[in-house]
Amino acid sequence: MSVVKRTFDAVIVGAGGAGLRAALQLSEAGMKTAVLTKVFPTRSHTVAAQGGVAASLGNSTEDNWHWHMYDTVKGSDWLGDQDAIEFMCRKANEVVVELEHYGMPFDRTDNGKIYQRPFGGHSQNYGQSPVSRSCAAADRTGHAMLHALYQRNVRANTQFFVEWMALDLIRDGDGNVLGVTALEMETGEVCIFHCKATIFATGGAGRIYHSSTNAFINTGDGVGMAARAGIPLEDMEFWQFHPTGVAGAGVLITEGVRGEGGILRNGSGERFMERYAPNLKDLASRDVVSRAMTTEINEGRGCGPDKDYVLLDITHLAPETIMKRLPGIHEIAMQFAGVDPIKEPIPVVPTCHYQMGGIPTNYKGQVVVPKDGNPNTPVVGFYAAGECACASVHGANRLGTNSLLDLLVFGKSAGETVVEDFTSGNLSLRPLPADAADVSLARLARLESQTNGESVFDVGLEMRRTMQKHAGVFRFDALLKEGVARIKDVAERAKTTEIKDKSKVWNTARIEALELDNLIEVARATIVSAEARKESRGAHVRDDAPDTAEFPNGRNDGEWLKHTLWYSDGDRLDYKPVNLKPMNDDTKPIVLAKRTY
Amino acid sequence: MSKRTVNFKIYRYDPDRDEKPYMQDISIDLEPSDKKLLDALVRLKSKDDSLSFRRSCREGVCGSDAMNINGKNGLACLTSLDGVENIVLRPLPGLPVIRDLVVDMTQFFKQYHSIKPYLVNNEPAPERERLQSPEEREELNGLYECILCACCSTSCPSFWWNPDKFVGPAGLLAAYRFIADTRDQATTERLDNLEDPYRLFRCHSIMNCVDVCPKGLNPTRAIGKIKDMMVARAV
Repeated sequence: MSVVKRTFDAVIVGAGGAGLRAALQLSEAGMKTAVLTKVFPTRSHTVAAQGGVAASLGNSTEDNWHWHMYDTVKGSDWLGDQDAIEFMCRKANEVVVELEHYGMPFDRTDNGKIYQRPFGGHSQNYGQSPVSRSCAAADRTGHAMLHALYQRNVRANTQFFVEWMALDLIRDGDGNVLGVTALEMETGEVCIFHCKATIFATGGAGRIYHSSTNAFINTGDGVGMAARAGIPLEDMEFWQFHPTGVAGAGVLITEGVRGEGGILRNGSGERFMERYAPNLKDLASRDVVSRAMTTEINEGRGCGPDKDYVLLDITHLAPETIMKRLPGIHEIAMQFAGVDPIKEPIPVVPTCHYQMGGIPTNYKGQVVVPKDGNPNTPVVGFYAAGECACASVHGANRLGTNSLLDLLVFGKSAGETVVEDFTSGNLSLRPLPADAADVSLARLARLESQTNGESVFDVGLEMRRTMQKHAGVFRFDALLKEGVARIKDVAERAKTTEIKDKSKVWNTARIEALELDNLIEVARATIVSAEARKESRGAHVRDDAPDTAEFPNGRNDGEWLKHTLWYSDGDRLDYKPVNLKPMNDDTKPIVLAKRTY
Repeated sequence: MSKRTVNFKIYRYDPDRDEKPYMQDISIDLEPSDKKLLDALVRLKSKDDSLSFRRSCREGVCGSDAMNINGKNGLACLTSLDGVENIVLRPLPGLPVIRDLVVDMTQFFKQYHSIKPYLVNNEPAPERERLQSPEEREELNGLYECILCACCSTSCPSFWWNPDKFVGPAGLLAAYRFIADTRDQATTERLDNLEDPYRLFRCHSIMNCVDVCPKGLNPTRAIGKIKDMMVARAV
């Protein structure tokens, strides 16, 4: 099979918030750039973000980036790198204001500024009281943001390859990244995109779990490609379970509902968060709220005939407030929960939502790996931003509204770094190895000829159920060990999946099979890393690491204050230090402490 | 709960295999968790992996799974299966079919791009946000929420007849979204861009667009406002 080759200065894989933000830097700098995306850009999952983007603008309540940095480090349970966190929080105002200048329709305060609402884990004065830091466009912030970014790219004449799925990362013998192979969905044609710089902005892989707020497309394509190409994945044991997914459907109900005054209630109507987080209550950090809800349900205080959910109550809010600030939630509750939230509370359960780990990067968006004794050596020609990357700003638990901020700050930063490297002549078009497309072609040939294999749907279902049971909100040593074995078995089965559809044209069976390969890498990374981490931290809480005097909240900084690095080859684990030192010398580090809200 | 069956008639066409399109009859037993049409389609696909359709968010915000459902355009993920026994599915009308329920949306996006769908403000960017009162911002409600699913434009007879010349309801709604934005300075150019017998004025207020919009938006009203502005500047 002959493979067409296309050459660009840079290739960006993914056209969600991070990819579009990076693309702007490159297009406006005049670089010849291709943006590959398996869905039309405005269909990317950024569109589903609801509650807002964090920035310490201080439009409604006093605020500054130091407080935001403190909240983010504390939210991360000190696993976040403080240089990257400082960088993100200091850049927040700039990137949010830029977005407003691009035309983003933020809601407004009475004096015409960007409207801001409170959000979980965000506080004034180092944890003292809630702060209004989340810049919002009703409860459709992600939609408004993604469209504004796409529109700005239309203005900048960015070149998109829409409905192209990237297949594999191309590296040369020295490990330099030379581009990707990709499949055009309409024709089935495989193509090499050869370039000087490759930016991954492919989003998360929330579809490894059975119950997920994530879109079908969130299959961890970039993370899977990186892992297959020998790049380690960082901190993959940390997954965020969002407290409020619609029970049964999994559809997200924004934390902004609680920011506007919503209250969680158990089966007896009690506002149970007062017991778990006396200070911030319903606006405690997401991992804390999800665990509290799960505890209520596990201890028989849930709601409904099976006592298997809790209620999110906004019936005390004025109907006008609900229709003005939460119109999308009103629609979702009616559509997917069958209740009118003005009159009745919404049944909710913790639902898989966000991948804190990912491809290791620094705050410049460069992908970094251990090499020659330096755990953070940049890979030449490779950059990543957004949910697929791990900078690491979210550490063991992400704060709400920091994901939209992450993709703006690090999308821009990765773009700026590429432009700098490009204009300074640090990047060159390195020769393609003769076998550059062989891995991808072999994967496709296998699918073409496979017989007597299981269906992609069945193997995928087994993976999602296994992850749900063995690596959920609470984790148990025995279940994790068994889960590792089960996922290894599922991974073996995924090697012989069979598709019946052999058409070249818009073959979604083939796409789903290729996506499963990526999901499997993520599932393996998650369960192996989780089994190995013998402490509780942030979203990773184990039965055998309880809250004790020696290890508050079960966290063991002596042994486990370090980032996990998982290599696909042989499920090998390595670790690297957490950066507790901020970017600037005059910024005070946030010193280790027990996390309470 | 008794077993529920839905009987489908689905438009099928794979240019790689089929000489011409055909309607496939197929029934499927639903599981209790199958609430929406998209759930049923995913279940169908788990039995026959050759059925092709677009889908992503499954909650009505990405705009991927627009199709013609029992004769009316809509999103599969927002279409309830309650009490439904028979469903006829076709691709969105008026656009070329790539395969099964997947249409070529090039023409639709070309029209969207033709209205310059981005904010134009040539003043130097201030250090902070440009101010806009809550009332001014309110003008954008009902406009910015469009998800570009194409349900409206592909239900519009004027768009069917002149997809290359008539902007269509989705594109015109976007045009008005920028005209209505107090931060945008290109109203004159935007009106000039639509001053043509086809681009704007092929809208005859048939209102199919309003009828099908899954987000409850009203392109006809936005188009009417642009027409009013055209008239006002002519006199």
